[in-house]
Amino acid sequence: MTSYVLKNVSIVGGTATDLLINDGVIAQIGDGLNADQVIDAKGCIALPGLVDLHTHLREPGKEDAETVLSGSKAAAAGGFTSVHAMANTNPVADNAGVVEQVWRLGKEAGLVDVRPVGAVTKGLEGVTLAELGTMADSAAGVRVFSDDGKCVHDPVIMRRALEYVKAFDGVIAQHAQEPQLTDGAQMNEGIISGQLGLRGWPAVAEEAIIARDVLLASHVDARLHICHLSTAGSVEIIRWAKSRGIKVTAEVTPHHLILTDELATSYNPVFKVNPPLRTQADVEAVRAGLADGTIDIVATDHAPHPAQDKDCEWSAAAFGMTGLETALQVVHATMVKTGLLNWEQVADRMSYAPAQIGRVATQGQALVVGAPAHIALFDPNTEVTITAENSVSASRNTPFAGYTLPGTVRATFFDGKPTVLDGKLV
Amino acid sequence: MKHLLSTADLTRDDAILILDTANQLAQATGQGVGKLPPLRGRTVVNLFYEDSTRTRISFEAAAKRLSADVINFAAKGSSVSKGESLKDTALTLEAMGADAIVLRHGSSGAANTLANSGWISGSVVNAGDGTHEHPTQALLDAYTLRRHLRAGAGDLAGATITIVGDILHSRVARSNVHLLKTLGANVRLVAPPTLLPFGIDTWGAEVSYDLDDALVGADAVMMLRIQQERMNAAYFPTIHEYSQRYGLNQARVNLMNQGAIVMHPGPMNRGVEITSEVADSPQSVIVEQVTNGVSVRMAVLYLMLGGNEATV
Repeated sequence: MTSYVLKNVSIVGGTATDLLINDGVIAQIGDGLNADQVIDAKGCIALPGLVDLHTHLREPGKEDAETVLSGSKAAAAGGFTSVHAMANTNPVADNAGVVEQVWRLGKEAGLVDVRPVGAVTKGLEGVTLAELGTMADSAAGVRVFSDDGKCVHDPVIMRRALEYVKAFDGVIAQHAQEPQLTDGAQMNEGIISGQLGLRGWPAVAEEAIIARDVLLASHVDARLHICHLSTAGSVEIIRWAKSRGIKVTAEVTPHHLILTDELATSYNPVFKVNPPLRTQADVEAVRAGLADGTIDIVATDHAPHPAQDKDCEWSAAAFGMTGLETALQVVHATMVKTGLLNWEQVADRMSYAPAQIGRVATQGQALVVGAPAHIALFDPNTEVTITAENSVSASRNTPFAGYTLPGTVRATFFDGKPTVLDGKLV
Repeated sequence: MKHLLSTADLTRDDAILILDTANQLAQATGQGVGKLPPLRGRTVVNLFYEDSTRTRISFEAAAKRLSADVINFAAKGSSVSKGESLKDTALTLEAMGADAIVLRHGSSGAANTLANSGWISGSVVNAGDGTHEHPTQALLDAYTLRRHLRAGAGDLAGATITIVGDILHSRVARSNVHLLKTLGANVRLVAPPTLLPFGIDTWGAEVSYDLDDALVGADAVMMLRIQQERMNAAYFPTIHEYSQRYGLNQARVNLMNQGAIVMHPGPMNRGVEITSEVADSPQSVIVEQVTNGVSVRMAVLYLMLGGNEATV
């Protein structure tokens, strides 16, 4: 097995040193190290391989948007070494057969650790529980369950799911969206939706579900995770819940850290996403929440769509945007350059904590001698202008086309093997 | 003017040029019987995804009076009902050489998408997009207001216009608020709180829940059509109650200024948002709005397709 040394690398923001990767692990850290292949990492940051708790890989069922393989490539290009594949595929990942298929496809791709998420309810219909325990016991070892794309709306079903998965240390990841308050909704309800005549999606539709669910989680003493939190009010509710000792964790997407509903004025459906882009005040609140730990992690909600689902009028377009390849750059721009997070905290929000929530034992470990060599090597000193055509993902619906974002993923190591070198897929 | 998507895009001078041009065209066609040559050889497509009689025939009449070739493309019974996308329909019309596409679509922003997507090279006229805008309706309303309140010239500075009804879902209201403000009018919006959009306080209009209050001192009132199905979504309890609180009757008309006019974009629900007595009264200009609609749409097509000034 080829050995690699990262020369003069800053390990999660520390002083420059050399890091030797050999036999799948971090073999040595110190000055003057050598290896089969030497990578000049001067000025670069080594981060633990990023872990995404919220990825749509679209396979099975929507292979024109993404496959496990193409999504794994996009993940590697973004510095990820593990992704959680959401359950809203066709067929739905609501049984051991589908989650094992996705898990096996991930193994075959061999670029990242693909952890299938199981559906909470059969067919994502919110009516009867899926076979949660069978999925947990399957080869896929599912620990995260979510009906993402749909809210587990029935409070009894939600209560039971929260309780039931305690038996195998699972967690319910809730897509918080009160369905009746958002019937036909197209964008954030606010000044812009009123002007544009697009059906509004009020913040309360998210916040009401989060409030209910933290109380349910408290009542049954279970773990709850909130997907893609997007409003200032949601941050306040999570902050309150954590102060009460409720076992809730929350994620924010990169796009909700930087984009606002003003972008909808173009009627360009690339900015149509669920939950919708909110206001500048919400952007500032989720940044502050991520900085103070109220929001535990950044998760991409990478949602690839084929061209025809975005090259159309707003109301006909699909919800969602890609995000794996730009997540770290957006966090750099919005959280590091602004002084809200240091690199150790970025490692926590994008690797340690998501691995912990997903119970992925082999991922999200500190970069110390003997740890598995899952590493993202990030050069923060470059700038890149994003183009949709250069996407590694099979889809082109990045909202950042034309944006200049700071930094590049120079290399990604998965289990000691490079998946990305010199900024290119190996 | 390449496209007409929103009245928010029109400056005061743009708007007055359209209104003045409409005036000239109305005179030149002698109350709409003559036919003028400036758009001979140009093709205007009426692409209507929603049922609309008056707007479609108004655009058709306008284009024909300017000697354009007109193609009517209705969604029902066409390739659209077989699932063809807006993009593919647009590409087809482009391939047929459409110089302008007049689009009526149920999706807010559809006209913007058609104009900015790169699918077509011709002009786009927004003939109503979802609950967003209906700019030619606002222009014909302004034309009608100007005729009655300002002797058909200049702007509407100092006039007070009250718009009543389902502001939340009204493309007519959005286009009118932009244009009336641009022309210097004071705008009052009246509706039950449920039918006012979020952020209405930022629109630069007075907002009231009380129709009687909002009619005192008004020079014109525009009644919006109320749709029965709004009742089912709990926007208001019953049509009866809506009519009591927000319907226009003669007693309410009498609260307005001397010489004030009554408008409605049609189609009306007689006995709901407006009584028959008021709709047919001398103060009602509802039928004239239809006539003016043709003149205003002629002006828009003429200015957009670069008609030769000398022919007017």
